[in-house]
Amino acid sequence: MTGTPLLEVEDLKLDLDTGSGRVAAAEGVSFRIDRGETFGLVGESGCGKSITALALIGLLRHPLSIGGGVIRFEGREIQHLSAARQRDLRGNRIAMIFQEPMTALNPVSPVGRQIAEMFVLHKGKSWREADRLAVEALANVRVPAPERRVKDYPHQLSGGMRQRVMIAIALACGPDLLIADEPTTALDVTVQAEIIELMRNLCAERGTAILMISHDLGLVANVCRRVAVMYAGRIVEERGSADIFRAPLHPYTQGLVASLPRLGSRAALGRARLQEIAGVVPAITHFPDGCRFNPRCAQATEICRTAAPDVDLLEAGGLVRCHHHA
Amino acid sequence: MKLRANLVIGGSLFALAILVGLLAPWLAHTDPVMDANLMNAEEPPSWTWWFGTDDQGRDIYSRVVYGARVSLTVGIISQLINSVIGVALGLSAGYFGGWWDDVVNALTNLMLAIPSLIFALAIMAVLGPGLTSLLIALGLTNWSFTCRIARASALSLRSQGYVQAATVLGYGDLRIMITQLLPNMLGPLIVIGTLGMGSAVLSEAALSFLGLGVRPPFPSWGSMLSEAREQITTAPWLSIFPGLAIFLTVLGLNLLGDGLRDILDPQSRSRRT
Ligand SMILES: Nc1ncnc2c1ncn2[C@@H]1O[C@H](COP(=O)(O)OP(=O)(O)O)[C@@H](O)[C@H]1O
Ligand code: SF4
Ligand SMILES: [Mg+2]
Repeated sequence: MTGTPLLEVEDLKLDLDTGSGRVAAAEGVSFRIDRGETFGLVGESGCGKSITALALIGLLRHPLSIGGGVIRFEGREIQHLSAARQRDLRGNRIAMIFQEPMTALNPVSPVGRQIAEMFVLHKGKSWREADRLAVEALANVRVPAPERRVKDYPHQLSGGMRQRVMIAIALACGPDLLIADEPTTALDVTVQAEIIELMRNLCAERGTAILMISHDLGLVANVCRRVAVMYAGRIVEERGSADIFRAPLHPYTQGLVASLPRLGSRAALGRARLQEIAGVVPAITHFPDGCRFNPRCAQATEICRTAAPDVDLLEAGGLVRCHHHA
Repeated sequence: MKLRANLVIGGSLFALAILVGLLAPWLAHTDPVMDANLMNAEEPPSWTWWFGTDDQGRDIYSRVVYGARVSLTVGIISQLINSVIGVALGLSAGYFGGWWDDVVNALTNLMLAIPSLIFALAIMAVLGPGLTSLLIALGLTNWSFTCRIARASALSLRSQGYVQAATVLGYGDLRIMITQLLPNMLGPLIVIGTLGMGSAVLSEAALSFLGLGVRPPFPSWGSMLSEAREQITTAPWLSIFPGLAIFLTVLGLNLLGDGLRDILDPQSRSRRT
């Protein structure tokens, strides 16, 4: 679908108030997601993925704040909307699921109630109607015997079941965008695959776009059509998943791809080690000058230490931010 | 679930008091106010007069039975008022924080600094004696513990995943406080409420003893004690039975509160349902 993208983020800057001044926890963050599209945001822990997601739904709280840039949802700027208008979007048009299915559900409320509440809150349904819709919603996420399960409390369900309930809650109102922040990190590997598959199918059926956030490039590339790789608060590469996987351009992305465990050794490229990239993500308050990746980058040269690379738009679509990209 | 002795004994005593209050017209032998008869004045306890009679010949048993109505009404309603005030203030203070939290904290500290009975006395002095004044005076002066508990719970619950998830799902502040926070702090609030009811029963007795409670001749346990104090040596049954009623009711509420604490505390919570 062409025309206005569903979500458009332009030059977003997120400030962190450290008490002794403001530092940019993320900056120059730009991407767009079309209706029904699957888009991934990948990067090591602490690079700014979650705060970006929170900014999108208007939930950045002190010490974090939006320091600049534009967020458009269906062509409309949403970062300055009133609290009430933002609340109308949240859960209704833009939904989000988190990493912790263990704690994201209210322990003293039956899960059916928690699903039903969404219909009451956003769709103005009566409780009777909402309770009926909740059973349907549970059936949709393939929970067996949903009419009995709605009465269960969260602690009676397994981690995987709880995450299904979270998905049912998130998709209850038929949102246009589902933000999934590390949705399966806390789950067993086998359950992970099921949940991801379920989420992908449900969203595909309904034309819901997905913004999938994870530290796991393999997982994201599997689910998403396009992927943005984030490093130390900046997007360093954004391309089609297949392209990124096959031929990463940014040295950081190359490191990520090389560290993925998979069959077919990449020894020929001299990167046989199944390892994380050496070194650690710099702290927000100590981002290095120039390219933020330079202390860990094997290809760094003098210019990398003094000048921050600009975004290079690629002919084939996508972008990369590196002085010496492949 | 293992039933605790506290819970059973306390619950039974409290239930008994409630039943007595509810069934007073059927349990009482005589009308507690009208049936004065100087022929039977100051009879000691006997088969006819279970708890004896007073100097006007009124049946003490019947008066104690009717007295349960006043004590329990005051205990339950004034504690409900306290709970509503304490929860509203504490929950919102813990949830919103900021200047509102400071205001509520200052108010709570003020309440804690003044003994609540003295405060209630002052209010009674302004409002005059009577059941309504009693409810207002006791209902406005004993919410500080509830407030503290609600505030502390809200403060710790606020960062729970499900509270944040609710924000993300578009819940408003009020909805979050009522559906996410309140149900998760009910345990300690019920315990505090039960204990508070006990202390309200005692306070009612104290205020009535001072002549500030329910006006004679209608009986309350406190006013009966007050009337009996001159005859404490000559007719001790006039003091013993209302005193015993207060003692058993308050004991019951305290045991019940302790018992509830045992089963409602957060550790045993997950095992319960
Ligand atoms: N509430 C906060 N206060 C201070 N720093 C924060 C806060 N939330 C996030 N940060 C910092 O912002 C950076 C990005 O965090 P986050 O977006 O959570 O990373 P991730 O990519 O792992 O999701 C991290 O360095 C983190 O320490
Ligand atoms: S700009 Fe320089 S330091 Fe940064 S990734 Fe590219 S080569 Fe490495
Ligand atoms: Mg995160």
